[in-house]
Amino acid sequence: MSAPLISLDRPNSYIGRSLPRPNAKRLLAGRGRYVSDLHLPRMLHAAFLRSPHAHAKIVSINTDAARAVEGVHLVATGPDLAKICTPWIGTLDHFKGMTSSPQLPLPLDRVVWSGQAVVAVVAESRAIAEDALELIEVNYEELPVVVDVDGAREVGSPLVNPGSANNVCFRSQLDNGAVDDAFAKASHVVEEEFSFGRHTAVTLEPRAIVADYDPAAGMLTVHHATQTPYQFQDLYSRHYGIPEARVRVIATDIGGSFGMKLHVYHEDMAVVGLSILLGRPVKYVADRIESFVSDIHARDHRVRARMALDARGGILAMDVVDLTAIGAFSTYPRTSVVEGNQVIRLIGAPYCFRNYRATLEVIFQNKVQTSQYRAVGHPIACAVTERLLDMAASKVGLDPFAIRAQNVIADDAYPHTSPTGYRFEALSHQACLKRLHEIMDYDSLRAEQADLRKRGVYRGIGIATFVEITNPSPAFYGVGGARISSQDGAIVSLTPSGEVRCLISVTEQGQGTESIIGQIVADQLGLAQERIKVITGDTEVTPHGGATWACRGAGIGGETALQSARALKRNILEIAALVLQEQPSALDIVDGEVVDASTRNQRMPISEIARIVYFRSDTLPPGTQAQLTVSHHFAPQGYPFAFTNGIQGCLLDVDVETGFVKLLKHFIVEDCGRVINPMLVDEQLRGGIVQGLGAALFEECRYSETGQLVNGSLADYLVPMPMEMPDIVIAHVETPTADTELGAKGVGEAGTAAASACVLNAVNDALAPLGATINSIPITPARVLKALKRF
Amino acid sequence: MSGFDETLLGEADETVRVRFVVNGRKVACEVAPRETLVDCLREKLELTGTHAGCEMGACGACLIQLDGRAVHSCLIFAVQADGARIDTIEGLSESGVIADLQAEFHRRNALQCGFCTPGMLVNAEELLSLVAQPSREQIRDALSGNYCRCTGYEAIIDAIYAVAKARSGGVTT
Amino acid sequence: MKARAFSYFRAATIDQALDAHARAGDDARFIAGGQSLVPALSLRLQAPRLLIDITHIDELRGVRREGGYLRIGALTRHCEMLTEASIAESAPLLHVAAPFVAHPAIRNRGTIGGSVALADPASEFPAMTLALDAEIEIVGPSGRRRVKADDFFIDLFETALQPGELIAAIHVPLFRADQRFAFDELARRRGDYALVGCGIMATCQGSRIEDIRISFFSVGNTPTRVKGAERALIGARLDVERIAAAQRALECDLAPPEGDEVPPAMRLHLARVLLGRLLGRLGEGA
Repeated sequence: MSAPLISLDRPNSYIGRSLPRPNAKRLLAGRGRYVSDLHLPRMLHAAFLRSPHAHAKIVSINTDAARAVEGVHLVATGPDLAKICTPWIGTLDHFKGMTSSPQLPLPLDRVVWSGQAVVAVVAESRAIAEDALELIEVNYEELPVVVDVDGAREVGSPLVNPGSANNVCFRSQLDNGAVDDAFAKASHVVEEEFSFGRHTAVTLEPRAIVADYDPAAGMLTVHHATQTPYQFQDLYSRHYGIPEARVRVIATDIGGSFGMKLHVYHEDMAVVGLSILLGRPVKYVADRIESFVSDIHARDHRVRARMALDARGGILAMDVVDLTAIGAFSTYPRTSVVEGNQVIRLIGAPYCFRNYRATLEVIFQNKVQTSQYRAVGHPIACAVTERLLDMAASKVGLDPFAIRAQNVIADDAYPHTSPTGYRFEALSHQACLKRLHEIMDYDSLRAEQADLRKRGVYRGIGIATFVEITNPSPAFYGVGGARISSQDGAIVSLTPSGEVRCLISVTEQGQGTESIIGQIVADQLGLAQERIKVITGDTEVTPHGGATWACRGAGIGGETALQSARALKRNILEIAALVLQEQPSALDIVDGEVVDASTRNQRMPISEIARIVYFRSDTLPPGTQAQLTVSHHFAPQGYPFAFTNGIQGCLLDVDVETGFVKLLKHFIVEDCGRVINPMLVDEQLRGGIVQGLGAALFEECRYSETGQLVNGSLADYLVPMPMEMPDIVIAHVETPTADTELGAKGVGEAGTAAASACVLNAVNDALAPLGATINSIPITPARVLKALKRF
Repeated sequence: MSGFDETLLGEADETVRVRFVVNGRKVACEVAPRETLVDCLREKLELTGTHAGCEMGACGACLIQLDGRAVHSCLIFAVQADGARIDTIEGLSESGVIADLQAEFHRRNALQCGFCTPGMLVNAEELLSLVAQPSREQIRDALSGNYCRCTGYEAIIDAIYAVAKARSGGVTT
Repeated sequence: MKARAFSYFRAATIDQALDAHARAGDDARFIAGGQSLVPALSLRLQAPRLLIDITHIDELRGVRREGGYLRIGALTRHCEMLTEASIAESAPLLHVAAPFVAHPAIRNRGTIGGSVALADPASEFPAMTLALDAEIEIVGPSGRRRVKADDFFIDLFETALQPGELIAAIHVPLFRADQRFAFDELARRRGDYALVGCGIMATCQGSRIEDIRISFFSVGNTPTRVKGAERALIGARLDVERIAAAQRALECDLAPPEGDEVPPAMRLHLARVLLGRLLGRLGEGA
């Protein structure tokens, strides 16, 4: 009854079409409704006094003067909120042996990073709240600070958490044996130690929340700029003891998220408590300075890795130690160890080899928490693998394309299980490599590079293959005890006028969730897309689901929409069959009209069916109970993850006198399975790549020896800006997953996954004639000049 | 001669009345001298299309037109703008002057979360009013202070380039 | 990130502005374009009791030739450096430096008087006043005076301006046919503060350098003239050896401070590279 998804020549064939996002027009007219725009009656504003010390005991707090400021309604400290909020611990059961301290909205007696919120002031305006903050006196007794990862691991190091034996949060080991043997008999071994700076999401809209507790109704409404409203509904309910049905979380327009806005932040939890204490709406919008010291950071890994190869350049084994520092505790509820876990599991993922050993050590320190941010772990795994492979290529005397062609898992060799235990359903490395070679015009680039070198221009060409984790099943969080759903739900209705409304649990952050859901529903029902209204992001309205993270919106949310639409279509056709005295299977829907499935002759509009069902049910055969609303859930089954793959290429110049790197062009060939909207996929790739390029060259949270973030402003923390970013050439290979009807996988993190690795390889390629190498990200002029021994 | 009234010094918290022509309409409002124009526009005048991203002139989200020129509304106190003509994304949308830019941004999906978009549009309009047919490099340069975390910029550059061409009578691609 | 409360006074004349400042005392600040001052207030790094807006004072506006100088009113905006024909003609170094000053919207409001008064050692224009041998016209309670740029910049954010004084204009010696200039900077991103920047103004007779003024920014606590490098070049032809000698002289001319990201030795290296490139261009007559 349903036409093949890929045929674009039928009516209402929206899957595979580049269509603009209907909801983008509001944003273009300045009609977005972001949480930071929200103003509610009797709303108050919160501001937080933050710790100037990275580690200190709170001896006393004097808030008398602050309370006396006109316009101040509440000054709250740790104990005030501890009375109504239960503590949380950022561990999950499937990470055996991990530890983390309990946390509260505001600390009781100790601060553990510089910038930690200590006292909350709620006032009639943000400015008044800030005035009051200046009058609060906190008496601290400084404690020894744990800043760098080596110091943290030393025996006798000061402890981030007094009472614990050491500063270790988590250790993990993978070993499928015979690694030492493989290295012993290898013809070539390459080895390097890599470092990856801390960076952070820097969403353009900082974190924003309005909590509105109505004591009369016992009802908490939270307008929250988050990706995951259901997760927060659950958390607010459990930690504040409010029945789940009386907690409503509304996630409206959101000014960027990238994983950063799905974690529990102390200020956000505090704002909920402040609203409960006051019985009034309380708003908090982090300012940019606060964002830098309180949003999650990410990366901050040091990886020592080696690769064993045979004489021809075939990979035999890899041996890896990843050391990562995560701040003073593990983030709730997703933990801070997932990134390291993915690093050690993704290393070597595109390649065919047998023997792998990896050790992960996750360390506490007195800095702000790290956690999941776009492409969790991927950029590190990719950079380590791809740089080692380039080093191997030069040792063996192979071109970077050739060594990859030799080692990637063959396109016809699936299913395949990686040495780290990941199961790949079907990937397309060979096809992607071939396509990248073509779109780069690789041979010409190499020829041009040789010419330029003669003229003293150091051009670099880099490529990087990657594998991305998408469509996670409960294996990701659910098995560890996290109440984070991997299923999604949709409620699809035919309205009385014959339009369709789809309420779905996946959420919109600008990537086009609502658009692709609309395309899928319209396609599957046989309706013009304009007649579909998609609604997301309100726990009171949309069914419970995972929402949007880890590249699951299209793959899992899309399949949910597809199955729901098909179910509604069946119900509509059942009624149509009754009215038309036909078999349902003899009918179809095209452009909102019920048609003969075989002849396509129009029989009646679906609006007529809606009219009959809603207003003249008396004309239907007795016993008919029409169901024009379908509620449907979909949980991924089959493979625990739908892996995607691709390859990126980068062209750049290194100014060897100044150490400056100029990006000239970037390339990607990507395979995310079924493409629903090619334009939106391409824009995800471009945005993701630029985020990776920022990491490669510019972004780093730099700390002083005393644990102070020294570049925590948008003038000092360098994000990628238009002038320095290259144009990006994109091509696709399409290998749908057979686990779903839709066949879609995720694409949001693919760009970020390999962009920095690609730049690392290109810079090293440029520097190769000078005998200098770079093994740190970001690749700053200082690092390049140091490598060149220019100062 | 002076014009300076010393009692002013004791009235730091007192609001003062300012008048603007905002999006073509005369408005008056009471502001504290410390209130930035972006806060005044968003909170007092409910023009929330202008966004605050960094409050230090580093992100471009708060760009508006002040007497016809693009400026950061976070880098000016509302009192400084007393008497000025102010145009925000809301007014520019309603008057239709940037309709072609908006349509091209939409067509090419040159926005995702949309938080940077009003600032991008204000800056794009300023550029096109100064340079009829900027190169892509010139467009990138003109937007060098406008941060977008979502798009990677290319579609934005393409959209502005296409509109410049169309406005100059060329054909868009 | 909201400023502390303050009072605001809009002055119509210089006298009004000076009078207001005198009566408010040390707690008053003049504000012109405000592109650096407003964020400093928002961050509560500064908290004056009174803000005196000088942007409506007509006497501080306008660009005109006066004596052998181009008098650039203090309120001249950065964007006007790009569009004002007399600046492009008579003070071309300012014209070529202007596109490097922050971003277009900042240049639409920022003023040269404000930039020079703030004396940010990483800013372009203060350093260019040094290269240009400009004079700063100051008005204050004790009258009007002109201070050579060489004597104006004293230490980090410290200038010859006394409390209650403001800059009325910058006087730049008119550009002559026998002069050459060059400007460039090394900034991580367009519009960022440079890691190192430099402007050069040279008077030449044929290919011989009669006089040269070289001014660096982002190399220390103040904009910095490199007199050793200048000496190495004056009276000589710009050849490879002279350029190398000038580059070597920077070692004594500059003492970059410890920075968290750019070590002094690296800054010195970048200054040498930049000077070499600029002198190379100057030699080509650029």
